[in-house]
Amino acid sequence: MSATETTKRSMRTPLGRVHNLGAAHSGTSDFWRQRLTGVAMTLLIIPVLVVVMMLIGRNQAGAAQILGSLPIAVILLLFIFASAWHMKIGMQVVIEDYVHSEKLKLASIMLNNFFSIAVALASTYAILKLSSGV
Amino acid sequence: MTARIERPLSPHLQVYRVTLTMALSVVHRATGIALYFGTLLLAWWLIAAASGPAAYSHVQAFTGSFIGRLIVFGYTWALMHHLLSGIRHFVWDLGYGFKANEREALTWGALLGGIALTLLIWIIAYAIGGGR
Repeated sequence: MSATETTKRSMRTPLGRVHNLGAAHSGTSDFWRQRLTGVAMTLLIIPVLVVVMMLIGRNQAGAAQILGSLPIAVILLLFIFASAWHMKIGMQVVIEDYVHSEKLKLASIMLNNFFSIAVALASTYAILKLSSGV
Repeated sequence: MTARIERPLSPHLQVYRVTLTMALSVVHRATGIALYFGTLLLAWWLIAAASGPAAYSHVQAFTGSFIGRLIVFGYTWALMHHLLSGIRHFVWDLGYGFKANEREALTWGALLGGIALTLLIWIIAYAIGGGR
C-alpha cells in the first residue's frame, strides 16, 4: 500500500493508522511468526538431534549419504528455514532495543537480514547438493 | 534546531532488584544471540559435507579439538536452554503460569532442564562414539 493511497481517502486518523504497529512498523506479524517458527523448531528438535547423532563419528562419505536421504533432507530444510526466520526476528528485536541512532539501526537491520538469508541459503544449497549427489 | 525536550525516562535494569525471572530473561536473550552466530557452525558443517572429504576433515578437526568441543558443548546448552525457556514463554503466551510459585517453577525448570538435557545429549553422543 503506498503512502498516498492511504492518505487520500481514509477516514482513519494518522494516529489510528500507526497505533499498535510498533517499532518495526509491521504490527504483530513478527510476533506471530516468532511463535510459529518457535513451535516448528520445538516439534523438529528431536528429529534433528537424531540426525546429528546418526552423523557422529562418520566420515564425509557416510555423512553425505545420510544427509542426502529424502526424509533427513526435508527435516533439516524445515529446521533451517524456521531457525533463519526466528533468528532474523529475534536479532531485529535486539537491534531495535539497543541501537538508537536511526541510520545505524536501519543498517544493522539490513545486515541482519543479509546474514540470516545468507546462512539459510548456504545451508539449503548444501543440502540440495547432497540430495542431488553431485 | 529545536532544543531537546527533557522528558521523563523510564527506569532501566539497574534500578530493579535482580530476580530469577529477570536474570533468566537476560539469559534467554543472550543464548538467542549466541545461537544466531552459532548457525555459522551449522552452515559450515553442511557446506563441508557437500564439498568433500578435505573440507569435512577440517570440521572434524575442529569438533575434535578441545576448544571446538567446548564451543559445541556451549552451543548444545544454549540451544536446549533457549528451547525450554521458549516453551516457558509459550505457556505465558497462553495465559498460564503467572502466579509467583508457578513462574518460579517454570523458570527453575528451564534452567535445570536445559543443563540436564545438555548432559544427556553429550552422554548419548559419547556412548555412540563421539569420543573417538
